[in-house]
Amino acid sequence: MKANCWEGKRTVRVEEVPDPKILNRRDAIIKITSTAICGSDLHLYNGLIPTMEKGDILGHEFMGEVVELGPDVGNLKVGDRVVVPFTIACGNCWSCQQELFSLCENSNPNAWMAEKLMGHSPSGLFGYSHMMGGYAGGQAEYARVPFADVGPLKIPNGLSDEQVLFLSDIFPTGYMGAEMCNIQPGDTIAVWGCGPVGQFAIASAYLLGAERVIAIDRFPYRLRMAREKGRAETINYEDVNVYDTLMEMTGGRGPDACIDAVGTEAHIPGPAFAYARVKQAMMLESDRTFALREAIMACRNGGTVSVIGVYGGLIDKFPMGSVMNRSLTIRTGQTHMQRYMKPLLERIEKGEIDPSFVITHRMSLDDAPKGFSTFLNKQEDCMKVVLKP
Amino acid sequence: MTRTNGRGQTLTTGLTWFSVGLGIAQLVAPGRMTKLIGTRNTDDARSLVRLIGVRETVAGIGLLSGTKPDAWLGGRIGGDLIDLALLVGAMRQRGTNRSRLLAATGAVLGITALDIFGAVQAARAAAQPHNPTSSGRKTPTTKTIVVNRDPEDVYQFWSNFENFPKFMNNLESVTTTGNGRSHWKALGPAGKRFEWDAEIVENRPHELIRWRSLPGADVDNDGSVRFERAPGGRGTLVRVNLRYDLPGGIFGTALATLTGSEPGQEVSEDLRRFKQVMETGEVVRSDASIHPTMHNARPPEQPIPLRDSFHIDVPARRQTHTWQEARERLESADPMSGQSGETRAPARSDAADRGAALTPGGAR
Repeated sequence: MKANCWEGKRTVRVEEVPDPKILNRRDAIIKITSTAICGSDLHLYNGLIPTMEKGDILGHEFMGEVVELGPDVGNLKVGDRVVVPFTIACGNCWSCQQELFSLCENSNPNAWMAEKLMGHSPSGLFGYSHMMGGYAGGQAEYARVPFADVGPLKIPNGLSDEQVLFLSDIFPTGYMGAEMCNIQPGDTIAVWGCGPVGQFAIASAYLLGAERVIAIDRFPYRLRMAREKGRAETINYEDVNVYDTLMEMTGGRGPDACIDAVGTEAHIPGPAFAYARVKQAMMLESDRTFALREAIMACRNGGTVSVIGVYGGLIDKFPMGSVMNRSLTIRTGQTHMQRYMKPLLERIEKGEIDPSFVITHRMSLDDAPKGFSTFLNKQEDCMKVVLKP
Repeated sequence: MTRTNGRGQTLTTGLTWFSVGLGIAQLVAPGRMTKLIGTRNTDDARSLVRLIGVRETVAGIGLLSGTKPDAWLGGRIGGDLIDLALLVGAMRQRGTNRSRLLAATGAVLGITALDIFGAVQAARAAAQPHNPTSSGRKTPTTKTIVVNRDPEDVYQFWSNFENFPKFMNNLESVTTTGNGRSHWKALGPAGKRFEWDAEIVENRPHELIRWRSLPGADVDNDGSVRFERAPGGRGTLVRVNLRYDLPGGIFGTALATLTGSEPGQEVSEDLRRFKQVMETGEVVRSDASIHPTMHNARPPEQPIPLRDSFHIDVPARRQTHTWQEARERLESADPMSGQSGETRAPARSDAADRGAALTPGGAR
C-alpha cells in the first residue's frame, strides 16, 4: 500500500510499504477513505518530538471502512464505516475505567521510553514517535487499529466523511479544552491560537455556555474564520499588546479561563523569539512557551488555564508565582477521545455544528508532502488539509 | 548514598583524594610535574599536564559527589590508559629522563590496577544498595506493578509457571515436573542458554509464592512474588523479588553497570507484559515493538500468525458513553470542575460498573 512516511526533519515521502496485518486479537484493519494532517504533525515534521525513526508512517486523524477483524472484536462488522480516535486505549485498565483514555496503561509497548522523559507514560498514539508506542499512522491506504472494540466509532449513513472526520482528534480536543474551563453562564473565554483546534475550542466554548469568546492569532485569515464561523472577538498579537487589550476588554479582571491551543511551537514578534529559538537549538529548553505564559498572566484571579496545545519536554521561565499566588487552576492532557466521540457525533447529527467548516485544502494522499509544506508555511490561507487515499 | 562494602568504600575514598590532589598539583605546578615524571619541560608538555590535571580534578569531584562511583572510576580507568599511552610515547622522544619515565609508568600501572579493583567493588556495592545482609554473590532485584484484577485472579495465573514464557522475553520454556518442581530454560546475554530446576519453597494462596533453584543450576537463583490488594480496591500490587547469580559473577555485574544496562529493566518489562495479559488478555503489540531491535513504525513484511499467540479471557471492558449518559454525568456531578478533580467524580458514577468489571468472568 501507499503511505506517507517521515524521512527526517522537514522531509516526508509517500512510499510503497507492506499492508497492515492483524497483530492482536482485538485488532481491526481499516481501509482509509479520509485522513488529515494535524497541527501536531507539524511538530514531528519540524523534528521537535524525540524518538522518530526514518520511515515511520505518519498520521493520526483518519476514518474508513472495516476490511478485516481480529477474532475478539465483537461490536464491529466488515464493511462498517468508522472514525478512529488518535489515542489507543484498552478499556480494561484503571485509567480507562476512569475514562482517562489518553492515559491507558497498556497501549504503549514502549512505555519505558516515555517514563524516562516524563516519569510515567501516556497511552499509545497512532503515528506519533516510538516513545508513544511505535504504531504506524493513518496517512496511508490502510491502517491497523488495536483495541478496535473500544476506539473506533461507527458512523450512521447520511453523514459525509468531511462532517465526521474530525471526531478523530481536533473536534474532541477543542471540546475538551473548553470543557476543562468549567464554563459558567456569563463567562469570558480567551483562546490562544486560531488553527483548527482553536476554532473548535471557540465553537465548543459557546456550546458549553460561554457568553463571550476572544481569539488570539496573527494570521488575518485565521482571525477572520474565528470571527465569521466562531462568532469570536479577535486580537492580532502583531498589532496590539495582548495583555493590555484583554484587560481593556474585561475591565481589568481578565478572562475567566484561557485556552492554550498553540503548544510547543509558539511564536512572538521581536527578539524574544530569536532568543527562544537559540535556546531550543542549544537544548536548553525543548518547548517555546510565549502563548502559555501570556495565558497565565492574563487569566483572572482564581481562573483556569486549559492547555491543549502539545508540549514535548521541558520549558523555561514558567511563571509559577503567578499561578500560585493567584489561585489559578491548570488543566491539561491529551484528549480522552473515547469519552467525547459519541456525544459529539450526536451534536453533529442534531446539526448543532458542522466540523467541515475548517477544511481549506483537499488533496490526494500522493500530495501529502505538498500538504505538509503548504500547512507549515501557512500558504494559500491553509487551515486544514484532508487527504484522500 | 550509603555504601555497605567497607573495603571498597575505603579504596574509593583513597582514589578520590588521590585524584583531587594529583589534579591540583598538575594544575598549579605543571613544570615540576614534568620534571618529576621525566618528560621534556616544554610549553606543549605543560599544557598537556594542565589538561590532565583538569581531568583528574573533575574525576575527583565526581567521586566526591558520591553518585555512581563505579562509573567515575570507570572514567578514571580510561584516563589511566591515556596516560600510559602518553608515557610510552614520551619514552621514544629525545631529551627525556628514561628512568623517571619508567618509574612514572610503574606508578600509573599500579593506580590503574587499583582503579579497576575499586570500580568492580563499587559496582558490586551498587548492585546491592538495600540489602547489606545479603550473602553470596546474588544480585537482588525488586520490581512492583499494579494490575487491575483481584489478587485471587492474579495468583491463579501466576501459579502456573508454564505461562511465564508467554510474557517473559528471555524465558524459553518452563515445564512443571510435579511435587512443586519445574524445569526452566532461559536465554542469557549473547544468546547463551541456561537451564535449571526449581522448587516452590512456600505457597500461600492469593498471597505469596517463593521458589529457589536446585543444586546444579546454570544460574543459581531464588525469588518470591507477593500479591497485595491495592488500596481502594484498585486491583493488586504484584511485588517480585529476584536474586540471581549474573553470568560472569561480579565482573558481569560490573560490566552491566558500566555499559548502562540496568539489571532489573528486563524484569520491569516482563511485568508490564504480565499486566497487559491480565488486563487485556494478551501482550500488546505495535508495528515497531514486534521486532527484537529498533524498527520503524510500519507493518511487517510477513503476516504473524495469530493462532500461535497467547491469550486469556478477561472481564468485560469499559464501553464509551452515549450522549445521554454524558449529559447526565455533566449535570449531576460536574466531574470537570476544578475542585472535585478529574478522577473522583467519574469514580462515583461508575462504581457499580467497575465492580462488575472486576469480577472474573468468561472462561476463567
